[in-house]
Amino acid sequence: MSTDTDVMRGPGARTRPAWLNQWLKGETLLAWLFILPSLIGFITFYAVPAIRGLLISFTNWDMLRPAQNVGLANYQQLLADDQFWHALRVTSYYVLLNIPLQTIVAIGLAVMMDRLTKSLVVRGILVLPWLLPPVVVALIWLWILDPTLGIANQALRAIGVPRQDFLGGVVQAMPSIALINNWQYTGYTALLIFAGLQTIPKDVYEAGAIDGAGETRMFWSITLPLLRPVLVFVLVTTVIGSFQIFDTIAITTKGGPIDATRVINWYIYEVAFARFQMGYATALAVALFVILLIVTILQMRFLQSGQSDLA
Amino acid sequence: MASNTLTTPPPVALHRPRRPFPWGRILGWVVLVLILFITLFPFWWILRTALSTQRELIANPTSLGPVGFTWVNFQRVLGQLSPEEAIRLGGSGQRINFWLYLRNSVIVSVLVVVGQIFFSALAAYAFARMQFPLREQVFFLYVSALMIPGIVTLIPNFILIRSLHWENTFAGIVAPTFLMSPFAVFFLRQFFLGINRELEEAGRLDGASTFGVFWRIVVPLSWPPITTLGILTFVSTWNNYLWPFLVGQSEDVRVLTVALAVFRSQTPQGAPDWTGLMAGTVVSIIPTVLLFMLLGRRVINSIQFSGIK
Repeated sequence: MSTDTDVMRGPGARTRPAWLNQWLKGETLLAWLFILPSLIGFITFYAVPAIRGLLISFTNWDMLRPAQNVGLANYQQLLADDQFWHALRVTSYYVLLNIPLQTIVAIGLAVMMDRLTKSLVVRGILVLPWLLPPVVVALIWLWILDPTLGIANQALRAIGVPRQDFLGGVVQAMPSIALINNWQYTGYTALLIFAGLQTIPKDVYEAGAIDGAGETRMFWSITLPLLRPVLVFVLVTTVIGSFQIFDTIAITTKGGPIDATRVINWYIYEVAFARFQMGYATALAVALFVILLIVTILQMRFLQSGQSDLA
Repeated sequence: MASNTLTTPPPVALHRPRRPFPWGRILGWVVLVLILFITLFPFWWILRTALSTQRELIANPTSLGPVGFTWVNFQRVLGQLSPEEAIRLGGSGQRINFWLYLRNSVIVSVLVVVGQIFFSALAAYAFARMQFPLREQVFFLYVSALMIPGIVTLIPNFILIRSLHWENTFAGIVAPTFLMSPFAVFFLRQFFLGINRELEEAGRLDGASTFGVFWRIVVPLSWPPITTLGILTFVSTWNNYLWPFLVGQSEDVRVLTVALAVFRSQTPQGAPDWTGLMAGTVVSIIPTVLLFMLLGRRVINSIQFSGIK
């Protein structure tokens, strides 16, 4: 970004600063015009709200009275808030139910697709639930898992299993939510892993076969290590997504029964839009951001995403 | 998975060695078909419920086909029956008009897709091809916004829309995503970087302006990724719930997801109006399913691409 050439200088150029000359003659002005609409959107709906959210978190604003600065009081309250820690536990429980099951089934599914059929129709069917609104998926399963009329309980009764609570029971509510989201996202995750499988060179397997490795051995020693970049991407994005589960809860359990599914995003939503404690709600949101950042950094470290095994 | 490399000699001499019975492959197929069934069954179940009569459904919850086949639930949620008639058929009698919500969802989604992609593409082109001070810094800021969870900006954005008095307007619903999304800028910049510069330079020699090069050369060349991004943006806008719920509850701007949530919270006769709800569900997923049938190959390829890039 040095000064422009002297050739094109017009009258008065000598008195203008160099950067202004560049602005007027080079691409700079035009480039900023290209960027301007998106910059307005970015500043108005991303940058300023992010900073404003942080600032509100240091106040006691309740949308009725003018906000007062309370310093770190909201963050102190947060550390002592049983409901916050409960929400964090419940959310972690959901992530632990959701992610391992989803990832393992998706890996299995991807390997099966790779070996059995590369049919586009099969992949299309598997990815279809991912395209539906989470609200719709929640509604469908609310109906299937309905305690009295739902087909799930009716089918269980036919084979002699007693009626299950599913979403209505403290113990089963969270596993049910995890299953619902597994139904929606496993096919999509499998497709990502399937794509990763296509990038593994076939001669690696041939070499393994010559060395006498069986299918199982090849899966653990070749497939899984070479899939690591894709698995890191899948795990990081699905974990971040799972921590922010909201729509399914909003339609099915609304945090119940007895707080069993009161995940962090639902708690923030209640504090903000039912109690109107905007200061405290934004402090909770900032805390979630910090938690996600830490989880992501830990995952990257733990999974050594920077290294490739193909080298 | 059984290994195909080990072939046991057949007991009776045949012309060619027989492969072992592929138990592994058969087991694999059984599991795959089971998973496909689990994936597809709920779709059938929505349709089957939507085509059933409310009363007969309660009497016969296990029938695999529609019970008391009827189109009346669709007529009901599309607002074609009088409230009295709707109550008689198991509805709440509240005015529900999924034609209106469908229209609202289409308006919101089309506005966001067109606006977001056009303005993001402009910015992405500047980031990919033009020289200007602070280019890398601004781009880094855009990309870092991908890290911020939605709930952090949600509350300040809600407050902003309220103070602008844009609640219950289409402007309020589309505003945060109309001018850009960090992902769209990032995605398109990556693609623009890979376009052959010579084509752009040829256009410039023919006297095209920078915008002319962008609009007549770069955009047509980028049509496949723009379509892909368009589908992804359309689907995520169509599926969005919390934001339109917060700023667009009134009937005339209510989108399908919000309408379904409101509908679900009404329990006219002690229980949710399942046949009506499922009819509403069918209406709200038809556009996505149609889009997928037309452009599914592209969606699948783009998902696969996103995982390995």
